[in-house]
Amino acid sequence: MATRLEIQKTYKIYIGGQFPRTESGRFYPLKNKKGDIMANICQSSRKDFRNAVVAARGAFGGWSARAGFNRSQILYRIAEMLEGRKEQFISELILQGLTDKAANDEVSLSVDRLVYYAGWCDKYQAVFSSVNPVASSHFNFSVPEPTGVVAIIAPEESSLLGLVTVIAPVIAGGNSCIVLASESKPLCAVTFAEVLNSSDLPGGVVNILTGSSEELHSHFSSHMDVNALSYYRKNKNEIKTIKENASLNVKRIFIYDKLVLASDKAQSPYLIFDNQEIKTTWHPIENIGSAKAGY
Amino acid sequence: MSTKNSLPDFRNTPIIDQVGVEERVARFTTRSIKKSSKMQGLKMILNMIDLTTLEGKDTEGKVKQMCFKAAHLHDIIPGLPTVAAVCVYPTMVKTAKDALKGTGVKVASVSTAFPSGQSTREVKIADTKFAVENGADEIDMVISRGEFLKGNYEYVFDEIVAIKAACGSARLKVIFETGELSTLDNVRKASDIAMYAGADFIKTSTGKISPAATMPVTLVMLEAIRDYYYKTGRMVGMKPAGGISTSKAAIHYLVMVKETLGGAWLSNEWFRFGASSLANDVLMQIAKETSGVYQSLDYFSKD
Repeated sequence: MATRLEIQKTYKIYIGGQFPRTESGRFYPLKNKKGDIMANICQSSRKDFRNAVVAARGAFGGWSARAGFNRSQILYRIAEMLEGRKEQFISELILQGLTDKAANDEVSLSVDRLVYYAGWCDKYQAVFSSVNPVASSHFNFSVPEPTGVVAIIAPEESSLLGLVTVIAPVIAGGNSCIVLASESKPLCAVTFAEVLNSSDLPGGVVNILTGSSEELHSHFSSHMDVNALSYYRKNKNEIKTIKENASLNVKRIFIYDKLVLASDKAQSPYLIFDNQEIKTTWHPIENIGSAKAGY
Repeated sequence: MSTKNSLPDFRNTPIIDQVGVEERVARFTTRSIKKSSKMQGLKMILNMIDLTTLEGKDTEGKVKQMCFKAAHLHDIIPGLPTVAAVCVYPTMVKTAKDALKGTGVKVASVSTAFPSGQSTREVKIADTKFAVENGADEIDMVISRGEFLKGNYEYVFDEIVAIKAACGSARLKVIFETGELSTLDNVRKASDIAMYAGADFIKTSTGKISPAATMPVTLVMLEAIRDYYYKTGRMVGMKPAGGISTSKAAIHYLVMVKETLGGAWLSNEWFRFGASSLANDVLMQIAKETSGVYQSLDYFSKD
């Protein structure tokens, strides 16, 4: 019998619920420790990013309008799907250089982190809202609302956990996002997109690109239709450019260069809060307490 | 056979090869138009737009606001043209005319019981006259699709002739609502009827029915215009309307006009886009070309 040829997976990017190749047609080879090619990875271009922003903007309205409880259900669903494909992620992590135990831990922690944020979806509003005492006859209250389209440059050192850690708080808070995955460890990014795609998450809420931060960070930070940018790497020059470019439309910039992904500090309602805007409402009321008879 | 005001001889009408049309159209989308030629194309598109509001909820305020936009597309960028015209309902013509005084932007009015066209001829003529008396420079009429599909071509022809007479000096655009005509052969037939009846422009759609303007339909109409021009020497304009909302699509249309009719049609005297959201997309592209940064709709006026 002839030996069977193994069917290799084509790693593509994830935009608007679809899996296109990069429009640029470019790719880079991903090698393992021995120097063998494991896969060809899309080298996304600024136009892929532009398309992703259009998709994210389109998805934002519907996603942010969903009840927190419904977002919670969907995040939990993502966790379920991830759990179901555990073996695949573990083997991809091992391919990318992790030990069996480390790979196992990373996938478990990723699932747990999704469940953690699923729990917060309909609770952070109550935590961060307030009724404010004011000196006039107004009912004055503040509530958090999602910032909008968030661009994310994910940590370089982690393939799966990094991705989950950066995406979950952003979408839990009702934002849509475009994520640039780790350049040297991109395998899980594409597989994670397949998980997202089968989890009732509307297309466009999460868009995942692979490629180089050096090439893309200036476009991530200068695009006028991006409302916030989270940066999880340590390159000082890139941080400087990002901050400068962000002034164009006064993007919210968050630099998380000291976040330890595996620690408890990497999951917190405050990470949801980072991509929220506080809206304060002054609602006129009759001053019932001091009302007198009007006649 | 006289070419003026008599129904064309359909035995001479070419049969439309749908597969051929689609293949031809696909090739228009492969032209590479970049940098300065793209900029010129984008400005040309702006200048060819009929900025349109045709909704039951239109008010004078909305129309005035749109008229301001028509003449001041995006003042932050110097050197932008105005749009060609605004397109409104007959009751809004006066408001639009006043608001556009001195800007050179034309006022187009839909008429003849737009969008369905289901009314008597008297009502349609009165509708048209009302718009013209209020100052409309252009009239966008709809044909009676029901009569057309029944095969009552004489009726459609006579109706266009009658409306043309009611227009006086206003230019007449004839809307086919190609989404309801079902075949490209019908589109070709309707084009011939309208042009021989005296239309100054032929227009694809009302924008109320999907599909609205598509490239195959537009190509069939452009070819009808070309054949008519060769036969009679009279130029007829073309206006695809509805569904063209991106600059990229609009540039494809320009390519198609240029390669089918030639450069003479590349001005707003002979070619228009009926659109409401296209203008902002073109403006975003122009802003991108000038600033180098991708733009957001947040920074462009809605109407």
